[in-house]
Amino acid sequence: MIRSTHLPLLITIATFLLAYTLCASQYPAMLSTRVVANLLTDNAFLGIAAVGMTFVILSGGIDLSVGSVIAFTGVFLAVILRDTSIHPIAAFVLVLAITISFGAAMGAMIHYLDMPPFIVTLAGMFLARGAAYVLSTESVPITHEFYDTLQSLYWKAPGGGRFRLTGMIMLLTFLTGIIVAHRTRFGQNVYAIGGGLSTARLMGVPLAKTTIGIYATSGGLAGLAGIIFSLYTSAGYSLATVGVELDAIAAVVIGGTLLTGGTGFVAGTFFGILIMGLIQTFIVFDGTLSSWWTKIVIGGLLFGFILLQKGLTWATTLRRKPATEFAAQS
Amino acid sequence: MASATEPVLECRGISKFFPGAIALDAVDLTLYPGEVHALLGENGAGKSTLIKCLTGAYRRDAGKILLDGEEISPGSTQDSQKLGIGTVYQEVNLLPNLTVAENLFLGRQPTRRGLISQRKMLTMAGDLLAEFGLRINPAEPLSAYSVAVQQVVAIARAVELSGKVLILDEPTASLDRDEVQLVFSVVEKLKARGLAIVFITHFLDQVFEISDRATVLRNGRVIGTRELKNTSQTEIVTLMLGRQLEDRIQDRAPARTGDTLIELKDFGKRGVMEPFDLTVRKGEVVGLAGLLGSGRTETAGLIFGAIQADQGEALLEGRKIGLGSPREAVAHRFALCPEDRKNDGIVGDLSVRENIILALQARQGWFRPLPKAKVNELAEAYVKALDIRLASLDMPIRLLSGGNQQKALLARWLATNPVFLILDEPTRGIDVGAHAEIIALIEKLREDGMALLVASSEMEELVAYSTRVIVLRDRRQVRELKGDEITTSNIVAAIADDTMAEAV
Repeated sequence: MIRSTHLPLLITIATFLLAYTLCASQYPAMLSTRVVANLLTDNAFLGIAAVGMTFVILSGGIDLSVGSVIAFTGVFLAVILRDTSIHPIAAFVLVLAITISFGAAMGAMIHYLDMPPFIVTLAGMFLARGAAYVLSTESVPITHEFYDTLQSLYWKAPGGGRFRLTGMIMLLTFLTGIIVAHRTRFGQNVYAIGGGLSTARLMGVPLAKTTIGIYATSGGLAGLAGIIFSLYTSAGYSLATVGVELDAIAAVVIGGTLLTGGTGFVAGTFFGILIMGLIQTFIVFDGTLSSWWTKIVIGGLLFGFILLQKGLTWATTLRRKPATEFAAQS
Repeated sequence: MASATEPVLECRGISKFFPGAIALDAVDLTLYPGEVHALLGENGAGKSTLIKCLTGAYRRDAGKILLDGEEISPGSTQDSQKLGIGTVYQEVNLLPNLTVAENLFLGRQPTRRGLISQRKMLTMAGDLLAEFGLRINPAEPLSAYSVAVQQVVAIARAVELSGKVLILDEPTASLDRDEVQLVFSVVEKLKARGLAIVFITHFLDQVFEISDRATVLRNGRVIGTRELKNTSQTEIVTLMLGRQLEDRIQDRAPARTGDTLIELKDFGKRGVMEPFDLTVRKGEVVGLAGLLGSGRTETAGLIFGAIQADQGEALLEGRKIGLGSPREAVAHRFALCPEDRKNDGIVGDLSVRENIILALQARQGWFRPLPKAKVNELAEAYVKALDIRLASLDMPIRLLSGGNQQKALLARWLATNPVFLILDEPTRGIDVGAHAEIIALIEKLREDGMALLVASSEMEELVAYSTRVIVLRDRRQVRELKGDEITTSNIVAAIADDTMAEAV
């Protein structure tokens, strides 16, 4: 049975399939595994960051620090691999620890100081970007054989598509995200907080633990996205990934998650990412369109989905059933 | 029967002090398994303070709470829940975005290999709700169901979590008659299971329908506990008020009605209210009676311009006027106290003073602020005249009790010196004392020559103050009662007559 809460997700999937069909009908080459593989590889870092953003938005919050944290992670890795001899894996662990604690600190501020997430993460955005600048203002190349090994890991599909490690990590992140959201108490508590903070408190949801966990997750995933981004570009640059948090928010909303929190799906975000990537790919294929059309189409889609959500909320209230229907006749 | 067993919960000498006030003064309360115990009292009598001491929201300053003979001191709602005391409030404290099953099991979901098992949870939720006589799909979001169903889900959750004592704090305040029956059927089932249930409400009829015993509080003290089988409503009301309610119906002044003030012809809006004619004279209270959804609120809204009429015309003292918006209506010196006080009436975070002058200031225009001295003078005068009980004019109005909020709202409109005052359910959700005061106020305003239109679901109340009663049904005016015709039974007959005609 189709539940009304599932409808936005289904519409997102339908939109994706429709868009893909339209694209493929114009450029049959877009059906090749090569395009599909690139869609995953090119959007891997954005997808991972968007998973974290989904949890944040589900809880009714927002995380504006994501783009800066990705840039910081890249610069940090580049600088530490250039200046020291520690192994990249150790550097990864270190940077993840930093970004997770950074997110957790923001979560703690939001919860204990009762501050709006917008302001706290805005401060976090400036902090992380500033820290990146302090490390280096120039683009620092990463040259390490371990990076080369990781970059050369791929599975070649028939048709020439190269499914790289980064894309796989994104898929894995989404899969984990879906399970955490729907099959763990933490995930349920995220939805509960998004549904109403004071009610959630009355129902015994551990607010501090959950809020800190949410922003730690988002920070950690932004760190992971930063690692993936450094693998993708083989460099760390403090001016990179400006505004990526907004792309992530867009993907989450197109994926059918309500900005007010409480309703939505991690899987929806995946399709939101694919839709945005698809538009980009189409413009590349076309060759004559300005790449700014991506933004225009995404803007239009966002409007469409916001209207859709309003309509659905309204329809649910209208459909509300009278009580007497349900009383058992015993 | 009930008294033969050991009590589940015993409160002995509970006291609670607030700065400058004694909220509870050595209160005793005994609950037996399998009884519904009504807790009654005017607003401010100490009901909610007592409940908050029981649920751990407040720390008591003296006294003992014994649960199954052992002393307890819950420090939080969670604490008391674990001990066995569950609470359900008037506003459903569940999450509308989660499914029914998720709401029931939030925080204690059944797991399989570390992950929540949705399937198991749905089955368990279905079984649980079936025990409560509710057959709904637990996979649907809670928001898909009506408030009554949500209320039952809240009760189910509270009982599952606690299981000894259930406190129902005005659970029926926003339900209609059928929905109340649904909740009551659940309460009966729980009673049979041996739970002790505390029931708080303003509806005395409901108290007598469902409760076994009642404890009446006044000014923080227990005035008495009665077996309801051997008690009359009058006795309970007397206990609550501490004085005899005089029979107001007799001393109603003869209708000294003046000139026609407002005349509506063929007024209505398609799909909202059938076109109707209505004349209100100065010094007249026209009552609007009818069942829930019969068009009382709609009539009030149409006349005030809150709902735009799409046909008919309105005449004020013979001149044609437009009533396209509340602004226009206010300009003609109309006033409306809405039914939904919380959402349509008060501005919760503004002070009482600001709330009182709001309408007057709005009519004046925002660029001509009322002088501060005038504001204070007005606010103080109305607080005194209407006997609004508050600590300070600066306190946010949401902190006042329901009755006092209603009086402040009345003050807001009286400050605009209206010629025509519309009251929609002026006594909903307020205690008996304030109830009587509001009725007295309506009579006084009428004697002063104001024209009033009062919509109410309480027929006794309409009988008490109306010079004419218009009976509505299915968004249509069906009968007008005048003078001696105005009796509760005639109103009921007017509503029922048409129901039967329709059924044939």
